Amino acid sequence: MAKRIDVSHLNVYYSNFLAVEDVTLAVEPKAVTAFIGPSGCGKSTVLRTLNRMHEVTPGARIEGKIMLDHEDIYGADIDPVNVRSTIGMVFQKPNPFPTMSIYGNVVAGIKLKKRTKRSELDDVVEASLRGANLWEEVKDRLDRPGSVLSGGQQQRLCIARAIAIQPQVLLMDEPCSALDPISTLAIEELIHELKQRYTIVIVTHNMQQAARVSDTTAFFNIAGTGKPGKLIEMNTTANIFSSPTEKATEDYISGRFG
Amino acid sequence: MTTLINPEAPVGAPLGKSSRPRDALFAGISRGSGIVVLIVMGAIGVFLLWKALPALSANTASFLTTSPWFPDDAQPKFGIAALAFGTLLSSVIAMVIAVPVGIGVALYTAHYAPRRFAPTLGYIVDLLAAVPSIIFGLWGLQILMPNSIGLWRWLDDHFGFIPLFSNEQNIYTRSIALAAVVLAIMILPTVSAISREVFAQVPPGHIEAALALGATRWETMRTAVFPFARPGMVSAAMLGLGRALGETIAVALILSATFKINWQVTEPGGNTFAANIALKWNEAGTIGLGALIASGLVLYVITFAVNMAARLVVERRRDFSGAN
Ligand SMILES: Nc1ncnc2c1ncn2[C@@H]1O[C@H](COP(=O)(O)OP(=O)(O)OP(=O)(O)O)[C@@H](O)[C@H]1O
Ligand SMILES: [Mg+2]
Repeated sequence: MAKRIDVSHLNVYYSNFLAVEDVTLAVEPKAVTAFIGPSGCGKSTVLRTLNRMHEVTPGARIEGKIMLDHEDIYGADIDPVNVRSTIGMVFQKPNPFPTMSIYGNVVAGIKLKKRTKRSELDDVVEASLRGANLWEEVKDRLDRPGSVLSGGQQQRLCIARAIAIQPQVLLMDEPCSALDPISTLAIEELIHELKQRYTIVIVTHNMQQAARVSDTTAFFNIAGTGKPGKLIEMNTTANIFSSPTEKATEDYISGRFG
Repeated sequence: MTTLINPEAPVGAPLGKSSRPRDALFAGISRGSGIVVLIVMGAIGVFLLWKALPALSANTASFLTTSPWFPDDAQPKFGIAALAFGTLLSSVIAMVIAVPVGIGVALYTAHYAPRRFAPTLGYIVDLLAAVPSIIFGLWGLQILMPNSIGLWRWLDDHFGFIPLFSNEQNIYTRSIALAAVVLAIMILPTVSAISREVFAQVPPGHIEAALALGATRWETMRTAVFPFARPGMVSAAMLGLGRALGETIAVALILSATFKINWQVTEPGGNTFAANIALKWNEAGTIGLGALIASGLVLYVITFAVNMAARLVVERRRDFSGAN
């Protein structure tokens, strides 16, 4: 179910602007990897190259190699559409489809791929919503639009939608930054449960959150405006927060920076 | 920065009483304008009815089901059956052509065209909207008509078994079909420009959400773009239909006016409300004028009904519109 990702010597360009330089890192399966670092250091950029979402941006391109287990996701014969259904994504701003019901949102990804019987869909909807800790709150109003939910519920709906297609990896870009503390806690607990089954990468600005949910932490930094972001240090979360080897990491996590 | 708190509001004003003069003024203006519009619409209806009544009561035939148009005979005899038929049929055919093409062009400019090229394409389509209808009429008559005969004949030869395309007169000019094609080209920019606006308004977040689920480009359109843009597309189609229903001069130039219901749309003939009013106005007597006004009233009611129907379609799924 869960696969590992190996990134080697990744450069990311927006047209001629080198946004991220020479990133090499490994994302372990069935674990949570957190990306932290100051604003503009390229966390989102790297995250979006992991499922080729950056290709939506005109002019964005990469150099280097990204492997999903033993498969090069940028291989010549690889369809980005398949990459994205294997590596799911949850965005900073909850984005359920406003024209679809809660039910419709959860099955949106499945319906793209194949015709499925209603009874099977029902099962997937319940399993995914339970997986996202949302079932009890919405089971009586599955036919209501997704937009009637609170922000935190909407974000969990988006997580349910992402796991409904059974991805190998789940990428989350600041999934809690638009949420209140209670909803944030609910999502963090959910991430904890999800890592039993998925490989998870989460970008966060919240140091406590990184410390709470992740097993491994990668710290990115940027030397100055116009300079490319770089991976400074990556280690187990415990190590990063107790004994970072780099001065920049220590400055950042102790709040003397950015 | 405008401040949300009205600085003029007296400190400690009683909560129950509204004391915001500018809010009240604005509310008054908008309510007033709404009422004025309603009154004007009603007044137009009443005016048309008032002018039409003498002719309607002098009519010896059934106004709604008769086709011939002899309002100035000693025994006035006229009805709108053929006019309504010609108007609706030409407009519907125009819609069938213009809506898919217009939406296609809009989709292409908003989501497929290379970024450098898209604005130019949009601009060219918009320019079409600025061409006066008389030019479209002349173009239809002088250029499209002689050059489309082959097409109509081909349709007759190969699809003649469909009554719509069969042509017993073997004359392929001045037909409803020709008028409909010209109408389609006239309403294309309207449909396309509005659809393009609504396509461009689809929040990028929805598009990314669909892509992140493994949607192809077309599936993204189906999952995220079309559902969001649906009310706007309906409005675009209805605005186009409204223009097609009321178009006068281009249609009057092209059709050879007859007062018959003829489903064979590539044959000469047919007529529409607006074209008929334009063509008959100068030669009409007292009853004739009343009869034309009565037909105008029917067009007014049809246009109104079309817009109401469109509203209903849009409102039906308001919860799911994404407006909140
Ligand atoms: N679509 C884009 N076009 C051009 N440059 C971009 C684009 N997106 C990001 N960048 C640039 O790439 C660099 C990295 O941006 P990125 O969004 O990855 O940073 P981030 O670490 O996610 O920041 P934040 O914490 O604020 O989200 C920045 O210099 C940014 O200006
Ligand atoms: Mg970011």
